[in-house]
Amino acid sequence: MAEKTVTQRIDLNELKSGGFIKQTQKDLFTVRLKVPGGRITPEKLTKVAEVAKKYSRLGYCHLSFRQSVEIIGVHIDDFDAVVKELATVGQKIASCGPRVRVPTACGGCEYNPNGIMDAQSKALEVDDKHFGTPCHHKFKMSFSGCPIDCARTREMDLGFQGVVYPVWSKDLCNGCTLCAKACQEGAIVSDKEGRPMFDESKCVYCGDCIRACPTDAWKDKKKGWLVRTGGKHGRHPREADLVANFLPDSKVNDFISATLKWYKENGKTKERIGTVIDRVGLGKFKKEVASAFR
Amino acid sequence: MAEDEKLVPDDHIDLRGVLCPINFVKTKLKLEMMDSGQVLEIILDDGEPIRSVPRSIKEEGHKIIKVENMEGAYRLLIKKA
Repeated sequence: MAEKTVTQRIDLNELKSGGFIKQTQKDLFTVRLKVPGGRITPEKLTKVAEVAKKYSRLGYCHLSFRQSVEIIGVHIDDFDAVVKELATVGQKIASCGPRVRVPTACGGCEYNPNGIMDAQSKALEVDDKHFGTPCHHKFKMSFSGCPIDCARTREMDLGFQGVVYPVWSKDLCNGCTLCAKACQEGAIVSDKEGRPMFDESKCVYCGDCIRACPTDAWKDKKKGWLVRTGGKHGRHPREADLVANFLPDSKVNDFISATLKWYKENGKTKERIGTVIDRVGLGKFKKEVASAFR
Repeated sequence: MAEDEKLVPDDHIDLRGVLCPINFVKTKLKLEMMDSGQVLEIILDDGEPIRSVPRSIKEEGHKIIKVENMEGAYRLLIKKA
């Protein structure tokens, strides 16, 4: 029997946004699964295990650095079956190549006491709206619920990190000094009466003072996202630049769209957005994208 | 500090030398054995313990009614929720 042609063997539409990565071994591919924010239901995880057991010719999975589950050693002839079987539980294939990747996120503010913004919900929403958008190069985003920044927004093409603005009311303060103890940045120093002296220039907007205060004298005035762009890892790492602070939750998708548009217009093929910023200047990005969100 | 707050502790634990999160767990277990409205006195080391334990107590719903600096350690009075 004659060997089937490539187009007969696989549905090329499935390959459109990548997710099937060529391996050293002939005809074997890594199938990268979409796990936005790294959160997966036991139901999906069970199905992934089942499929991996059946189709991985090397007998293992790999947890990628961007929170995806990868099934290693899938034969090209098994692509369709793998996609179909995973689809029974709604498990989709991720991406590779020059496009918007699956967003990563920290564990989540529903159970982490440091959480300020809902990184998990945002990652899902953003994945839904922007995943797979073609770009000049890869485009990685992440969401961290607080300034501890577990999702490493400084290494992202576009990163969002939760922040909270603390305000203090004199009337409720009993001078206990716990806020000054809780502040790890030296932004709060107690005066002689134990009352806080706040130096905003040192504040990272983590909210530790609010959480420590036993009398609710420290409260949150507003919450939002601190935005960084132009970060990357790899051979030539670049730390992202701060481009916006206290971006309202409702403006995140608009900010992403505006950034992608700017990247498309100002970038060249195979250029990451950080390289574009280095070439044309951060001022241009701030003026043409970030300023509209102030 | 409000004048009517009860400042005589019903129970006491010295948590100096006890590391996080054991110091919080010991506080929590002690509070569980007490009645609502009773006051627990704890002594915490400066540094990580005084930074972390008070916020955990607050998250559990209890009220810290007094904080006293004791040179290198802190004396806290906690009113059970």
